[in-house]
Amino acid sequence: MTDQAAPTAPPAGEVTLEAGASGFGGAETQAAAVGGITRQTQFGNVRRRFLRNKLALLGLVMIGIVFLTALLAPIIATHPPRAQDLTITLQGPSAEHWLGTDELGRDQFSRIVYGTRIAVSVGLASIFLALVIGVVLGSVAGYLGRGWDTLIMRVADVFFAFPLIIGAVVIILVVGRGVTPVIIALGLFSWATIARLLRSSILSIRESEYVEAARSLGAGKWRIVTRHVLPNSMAPVLVYAMVSVATAIVAQASLSYLGVGVPPDVPDWGNMISSGQKFFGFKDYLWFFPSMAVVFTVLGFIFVGDGLRDALDPRLR
Amino acid sequence: MGKYVVRRLLQMMLVLFGASIILFLCLFVVPGDPIATSQGEGRQLDASTRAALERRYNLDKPLPQQYAGYVARLAQGDLGESYVYRRSVNTILKEKLGNTAKLALAAIVLMMALGIVAGVVAAVFRYSFLDVLVTLSTTVAIGVPTFVIGLALQNVFAINLGWLPLQGQSAGNRSIILPALALSAVDTALVSRLMRGTMSEVMRADYIRTAYAKGLSKRVVIFKHALRNSIIPVLTYLGIAFGGLLGGALITETVFNWNGIGLALVGAIQSQDNPIVLGVVTYGVLVFVLVNLVVDVAYAFLDPRIRLE
Repeated sequence: MTDQAAPTAPPAGEVTLEAGASGFGGAETQAAAVGGITRQTQFGNVRRRFLRNKLALLGLVMIGIVFLTALLAPIIATHPPRAQDLTITLQGPSAEHWLGTDELGRDQFSRIVYGTRIAVSVGLASIFLALVIGVVLGSVAGYLGRGWDTLIMRVADVFFAFPLIIGAVVIILVVGRGVTPVIIALGLFSWATIARLLRSSILSIRESEYVEAARSLGAGKWRIVTRHVLPNSMAPVLVYAMVSVATAIVAQASLSYLGVGVPPDVPDWGNMISSGQKFFGFKDYLWFFPSMAVVFTVLGFIFVGDGLRDALDPRLR
Repeated sequence: MGKYVVRRLLQMMLVLFGASIILFLCLFVVPGDPIATSQGEGRQLDASTRAALERRYNLDKPLPQQYAGYVARLAQGDLGESYVYRRSVNTILKEKLGNTAKLALAAIVLMMALGIVAGVVAAVFRYSFLDVLVTLSTTVAIGVPTFVIGLALQNVFAINLGWLPLQGQSAGNRSIILPALALSAVDTALVSRLMRGTMSEVMRADYIRTAYAKGLSKRVVIFKHALRNSIIPVLTYLGIAFGGLLGGALITETVFNWNGIGLALVGAIQSQDNPIVLGVVTYGVLVFVLVNLVVDVAYAFLDPRIRLE
């Protein structure tokens, strides 16, 4: 939440947030600045509550491991992910090949390590796309209202009517397989909920006293939206986005599993599970380890998302 | 109430109209050459056969006319003819639809029964061992993709223990157990979380204290007062869960080789049999929209504030 508001001018962002959260927050900050009392900000509170949550911390560590693996894949991987060696096909885990080899003699461990790149990039990029569409359309609908609101929300209804995987399958059918098509397909069918959440959150904040105060001080529409309304209504959206990354990673792996995701030669968890399934029952390490990679990554994002939700709104616990 | 239903019906028509445009564009305008693809790779078509096929599938007319024809047929429930099987999509999907419905129904029953029981137990015995167990297992279940759950179930119950069939439908009622469990796993976890949340909130309400104070037993308080008041959000969730079930059916049917519309969709995508894709997706969207309409109307019926908004 604060990350959105803070990057350019952290102190100003915090004060805005605070004013939104409680009536006396702003005054308190001023008092703190003057009297040297412990400074208490909304961001500080959220961070403290988040860090107290062990599951959220665990999630943070898990995501950290996943990101590092994706970044350092060439260093961590023990073999080139696409290197085939037909003399060592379908070998179980060993000292040379930690997680065994597949039917083309490719090193499973290295393929899982490289698969992290696909999972993370598709997960983040598709939700980023959904956030861009959702935040723009949601704020237009919520703040401008009237015809815009009706139009945008009816379009959102249409996209909402497609279950994620089914909608994505249709798009990929048109655009063809590949990383970019998967990103576009998942983003296109994830923005509707973001727009809805943001719109309803804006509708309630638009009528609040501090927005009225800003308006009476002569602040323009653009300033009110970007400085007062958006930072304060982004909380539910960002929590949802965090959990959506997990959903997108699951969906991405599912699409590959169904044979309509990224191309089959790409080292990708869904592809690995799908081809490992051919040896189901006697070479189970082939589908088991990539599955665990999906579960690990997805749980990391879910823990952080849940922790963020609880930290932003302790009443929900 | 009548006015609210009419308004929601009109809204639904609008959604279906929008969805039909998206599908028409995706399936009949953008794709390069479905006729050629559906004939198999490397097979050349002579010009007259191609023209005949294009006429047969209405691909020779201008776009607006194609769309009008498509909507007119759709409105009559006619999904057209499969490019690959040369048979009516309706007939092809009829039997498969029943299989998918059976699977979805079993999953819903499982998710409601298991989810509600687990949620109530967790809420009533809060912070007990059982509660921790429920919370922990639901948290993990939410993070595990449907196909991984399916593979794990197959491995344990079909291959290692040999209790249940690995896949297919030949074993009668026993063959539905594993796919239904896999399909419902994530939703069961979500329902029990939701149930635990609302139930623990309700348990703190004044009227529960009143019920205890007037001497009712714990069982009566929980079942007659608390449960009744915490079940509405779960019913609403059912509407949302439907969308997930339809997507999940696609995956579950592939894992378990279950002869439903999800498996048909996956096959049709690979052979670019667009009329079948259209048929399955239309069913999916229609059912999802209808279920949500029913849920909304039921909700408005229960809570007057919604219909007056």
